[in-house]
Amino acid sequence: MTATSAPTGLPFDETTPRKGALQTILSSDLPRSKVLSFILLAILLVLAATPFLFSGSQPISTAAKICVFIVLVASYDLLLGYSGIVSFAHTMFFGIGGYGVAIALERLGATWTSVGLGLAAALGSSAVLAVAIGLLSLRVRAIFFSMITLAVASAVAVLASQLSDITGGEDGLSFQLPHALRPAFRLLSEPFLGTVVNGRILAYYLLFFVALGTFLLLLRIVNSPFGRVLQAIRENEFRAEALGYRVVAYRTVASVISALAATVAGALMALWLRYNGPDTTLSFSIMIDILLMVVIGGMGTMYGAVIGATLFVLAQSYLQVLMEAGSTALSGIPVLPNLIHPDRWLLWLGALFIVSVYAFPGGIVGRLRQGRSSQA
Amino acid sequence: MSDLAADPSAVAELPRTKTDWLPLAIVPALALAALPFVGEPSSWVTLTVAGLAMGMMIFLMASGLTLVFGLMDIINFGHGVFISLGAYATLLVLGPLAGWAQAESVWLNLALLMLCILAAMAVTGIVGAVFERVIVRPVYGSHLKQILVTMGGLIVAEQAIHAIWGASPIPIPLPETLRGAFILGDVVMERYRVFAVAVGLAVFVAMQLILNRTRIGLLIRAGVENPEMVEALGYRIRRLFVSVFVAGSALAGLGGVMWGFYRQTLTAGMGMEVMVLVFIVIIIGGLGSVGGCFVGSILVALVANYVGFLAPKLALISNILVMALVLIWRPQGLFPVARR
Repeated sequence: MTATSAPTGLPFDETTPRKGALQTILSSDLPRSKVLSFILLAILLVLAATPFLFSGSQPISTAAKICVFIVLVASYDLLLGYSGIVSFAHTMFFGIGGYGVAIALERLGATWTSVGLGLAAALGSSAVLAVAIGLLSLRVRAIFFSMITLAVASAVAVLASQLSDITGGEDGLSFQLPHALRPAFRLLSEPFLGTVVNGRILAYYLLFFVALGTFLLLLRIVNSPFGRVLQAIRENEFRAEALGYRVVAYRTVASVISALAATVAGALMALWLRYNGPDTTLSFSIMIDILLMVVIGGMGTMYGAVIGATLFVLAQSYLQVLMEAGSTALSGIPVLPNLIHPDRWLLWLGALFIVSVYAFPGGIVGRLRQGRSSQA
Repeated sequence: MSDLAADPSAVAELPRTKTDWLPLAIVPALALAALPFVGEPSSWVTLTVAGLAMGMMIFLMASGLTLVFGLMDIINFGHGVFISLGAYATLLVLGPLAGWAQAESVWLNLALLMLCILAAMAVTGIVGAVFERVIVRPVYGSHLKQILVTMGGLIVAEQAIHAIWGASPIPIPLPETLRGAFILGDVVMERYRVFAVAVGLAVFVAMQLILNRTRIGLLIRAGVENPEMVEALGYRIRRLFVSVFVAGSALAGLGGVMWGFYRQTLTAGMGMEVMVLVFIVIIIGGLGSVGGCFVGSILVALVANYVGFLAPKLALISNILVMALVLIWRPQGLFPVARR
């Protein structure tokens, strides 16, 4: 089904001595498929070089969004794929991160101290909320957790749009960034490789490296003994409990870690957009996007988050252009042009999502790995 | 065995199931407790009727979900789309019969509403059967996959509504005679709300009668307790499952009609918006319990109305507070359903 039941038992063989820097960085959880490794490497290189490869603001914004969503989706995968619990409050933590940074920068002025303070306050409140939700709902049945997170998240979204004195309401908050991240700032006086290295590009690299670091940290966590216990609980709750692991505690800690990573992603998103509002971080449609990305990329594989987020953000930005063309080509036939109207792109991703859950529970990553093991 | 059954006194000595009165007492207690805070008796009546009407509509929308969960152990996150679909199905009736809505006759208006409800229940029932077959059946037994797949179904169905009826909100006016309010002395009660209370009560009584007094209800209750045993006794539990799923979807459609006329605008997302309340209600009531869902709906709606009147800012999170309090008191909900 997922990484755990892959026929090769190698990555779980803790006795083999770790070798090489790559093994250490990736926590011995290698992609295990040539095609997958190639795709991941390509994504990493393109993201790393985006400011120098493409011109204009659209590609770099898309790349920044991909970085943020990789963290967001990977942290969600820790819950859904590795712990087997469905949360609908992930955007709430994403939003808390965004609002933390936004409110601090707006109120306390555009300094690095306010970024730090805002992030710290956001991380603190996310952790408290995650513990409270976990203890209230994970005690009973995992299914309660899904419904209660949905309820709490919607209440927080309503609060954020109503408490307009603090959050700016529906309009959200626009704010100034610290000097070094503004477009007017120049790191080098001369253009490097034909691109002016300004504050915008610095901001992009801040995002890129924080995202990369958080992703590797999450990879480390799911491959630690703690991550193994989570997977054990996912596979058989009773057996894990019988072995002496406190299921509620483990699940709560997992949801806290996942919430913290989502908060970081929210802060990054706000820093990039220089704005935070209900629609950019809190809305339920983002929650649905995250679900689509995790499942299509591959649950319980971490790398699925990278693939899913990249694919989805690219589709969001460029698929609609394709559908536009298809829709005009079919104009005149009833209903059919409506079905491939550019606004209906979610319809097709939704269908892909259902097919993924049935036919490829491991998503794209699971599929690629399967292809490899059947050859071997 | 046969001796026992033949002896009427043995049957009579079956222990009676105790009715759990405590949760039932909460609702009147709450309403009375709110009276001194609200002050004016007339505004209290208005608030209470509004709360009851809201509660009945939530109950209509939630009852199907909790019934399906109780019997089939299936949690349908796509339930909200049946609410939207039911509301949109009224357009099939309202389009050709627009004249009936403008007529001054109460009977014509009520007949129109009944036709809307029938159309909505037919459409959602049929779609429910397809939904069960295509989306839900392959994932019996796995909650995680059910949540994911029904969310997928929700996305697709919501987009399909957009594709069929367009993405912009559609206004649906109330029939002529249901607009306005009844005025008794200084008490104001909106007519449509009174109508909603009547429909909600009728459905609740009908559900209770069917569940407790008919053979099919007996089978459903037995299926909740132990589906394998029901199957072993020669009943086709699958057919029962499908019919309950269809009935649950149709109830959502009925709730959708009521909710749509209450809001007087249709959007594809309207079902999902109200799902938050629906989930809170079925958690409060105890997953799978129809009676609990009824009490929970009224409780949530009354609290929301009173709090909204007394402290508007707090009303936004009053539902969550009610839920948290109930879960601290009874972690399985007001009426926990015996689980196998």
